[in-house]
Amino acid sequence: MEKFTVHTGTAIPLRRSNVDTDQIIPAVYLKRVTRTGFEDGLFNAWRTSEPDFVLNRPEYHGATVLVAGPDFGTGSSREHAVWALTDYGFKAVISPRFADIFRGNSLKAGLLTVELPEKIVQRLWDDIEADPTTQVTVDLLERQVRWSGEVHDFTLDDYTRWRLLEGLDDIGLTLRHTDAVAAFEQARRPWLPSLSA
Amino acid sequence: MGKTLAEKLWDSHVVRSAAGEPDLLFIDMHLVHEVTSPQAFDGLRQAGRPVHRPDLTLATEDHNVPTVDIFKPIADPVSRTQVETLRKNCAEFGVRLYPMGDAEQGIVHVIGPQLGLTQPGMTIVCGDSHTSTHGAFGALAFGIGTSQVEHVLATQTLPMDCPKTMAVTVDGDLPDGVTPKDVILAVIAKTGTGGGQGYMVEYRGSTFEQMSMEGRMTVCNMSIEWGARAGMIAPDETTFAYLKGRDHAPRGESWDAAVEYWKSLRTDDNAEFDAEVTLDASTLAPFVTWGTNPGQGAPLSASVPDPASFEDEADRVSAEKALQYMGLTAGTPLRDIAVDTVFVGSCTNGRIEDLRSVAKVIEGRQVAEGVRMLVVPGSMRVKKQAEDEGLDAIFTAAGAEWRQAGCSMCLGMNPDQLQPGERSASTSNRNFEGRQGKGGRTHLVSPLVAAATAVTGHLASPADL
Repeated sequence: MEKFTVHTGTAIPLRRSNVDTDQIIPAVYLKRVTRTGFEDGLFNAWRTSEPDFVLNRPEYHGATVLVAGPDFGTGSSREHAVWALTDYGFKAVISPRFADIFRGNSLKAGLLTVELPEKIVQRLWDDIEADPTTQVTVDLLERQVRWSGEVHDFTLDDYTRWRLLEGLDDIGLTLRHTDAVAAFEQARRPWLPSLSA
Repeated sequence: MGKTLAEKLWDSHVVRSAAGEPDLLFIDMHLVHEVTSPQAFDGLRQAGRPVHRPDLTLATEDHNVPTVDIFKPIADPVSRTQVETLRKNCAEFGVRLYPMGDAEQGIVHVIGPQLGLTQPGMTIVCGDSHTSTHGAFGALAFGIGTSQVEHVLATQTLPMDCPKTMAVTVDGDLPDGVTPKDVILAVIAKTGTGGGQGYMVEYRGSTFEQMSMEGRMTVCNMSIEWGARAGMIAPDETTFAYLKGRDHAPRGESWDAAVEYWKSLRTDDNAEFDAEVTLDASTLAPFVTWGTNPGQGAPLSASVPDPASFEDEADRVSAEKALQYMGLTAGTPLRDIAVDTVFVGSCTNGRIEDLRSVAKVIEGRQVAEGVRMLVVPGSMRVKKQAEDEGLDAIFTAAGAEWRQAGCSMCLGMNPDQLQPGERSASTSNRNFEGRQGKGGRTHLVSPLVAAATAVTGHLASPADL
């Protein structure tokens, strides 16, 4: 996983709530067996049916921070939604509330999810729309979002922050505890189901 | 203070706990399908890691599977490659696979329970958000992303912070024509799609106690639709009766020991939940969705709501967008909405009891002219059972299409899709924009409402026939 420390870039205002992962990437794009190349699926239905959709507007091209309404990433567990966002170039998503599975997937794949109160998100939308060149800084070291003189703290647990700052692979961390796993396995109830290949 | 069922399940699976770190949780069963696993197996290969516990891993093919000609290779080359990739991965890593055409193949959340692999007290994960289904047995079951699939394959564990706990209590008898699907749609409409976010939910009360295992699975299945991390129901005699004699259920002395343990898996009387939601079963009615998320639902007797009636601005904007997408006008009675397609199936309502209830309504009647009705069993075993009971003959005599097992039109990764502008009544779990095909419009309904809608051609309940 790539390290995340501080990122500054322009942002896209996505004034929609309940953006489910079927909208982020429709199911027909999930058939690939690779981990990259999903950018064309990102918000595909909206990009192809709404000429005025924010991702189609030239003033937002090159933006790296997505600012969305509440309940972003609901529904399907598809991690392809995260890959589509990162393949497109997003480094961080800001929303008042994320669905659990999406948030977990993002933080495992190095896409920073930042929760800010709805009122602050509204203000950020207004500011980006007034000036699409607004530079938005997402600072994981200070756990802050900053733009145009605005400074807002966000919360993220220390462990996840450390893992992102170091770019650490979860599996590698768990494999340090194989003894504990082996001990647990010894004590499992004998009737629990198992299969042979 | 006592413990909730969810806390008992969590605590009994903690491999390692350290201050300032997530708990390391042991996973008793890992279910795998073709869509969310290829990148995970690739990750193992690149790191030179084996599957740590192939004996606790089961794979099947469900999302891409065509429901006609299931015994032939898939026509779509991209879908075929994905399924073939799963077969190669399972062979290489020693994972048991039930492929297309196998008597045990089916939707991953249908085959786990029917094989007896889903048991009380277990932790069960799958790269699929509807894994919460298995919570119906008093298991801790939840969906995970592909990075976590790789983690479980490599270690049989997951690092996780313990979510909070919530009780959803529903007491009383369900009125005639009201099904478990209506109960969960009513819960979601009450809480919204984010209401359960961050919680492990336990469904409690006499309404759930009276439900069959199929009904409980329908309820737990849709936990994710209101954002819950997991949904569960304490195991009882109904659970034990369902499990007894199944392929992987314990036998003999092991059975007795297991049942004794399973009986302890109840929330203690003095336990406290972090949040509670209560509904009165007697007030519930057949429920349908009118919008583009599962929280946008109303009783069938209601009308399409006026977006202006929503106090919250985000809800109002969301309702406006939804009506526009759905091609609906505020104030239209829901019963007046005509459909082109009726879909019966999915991990929510593709089990034998669902098919029986549809058959009972549709027997001796005809699917309305111009309506296409697809009946897709959740597994090949459900298919066989339905055919043994003669249900397939009832469906085809009525003019419905009887298909082979898979996820099918729930998400349209196979050829079963809505065309742009087409409208369905669907027993599945998501009415998102384009979920059943680009431009398709979905109304979520119970199997009973699906059957009555197929007959009348517009949203209806059996009482309307």
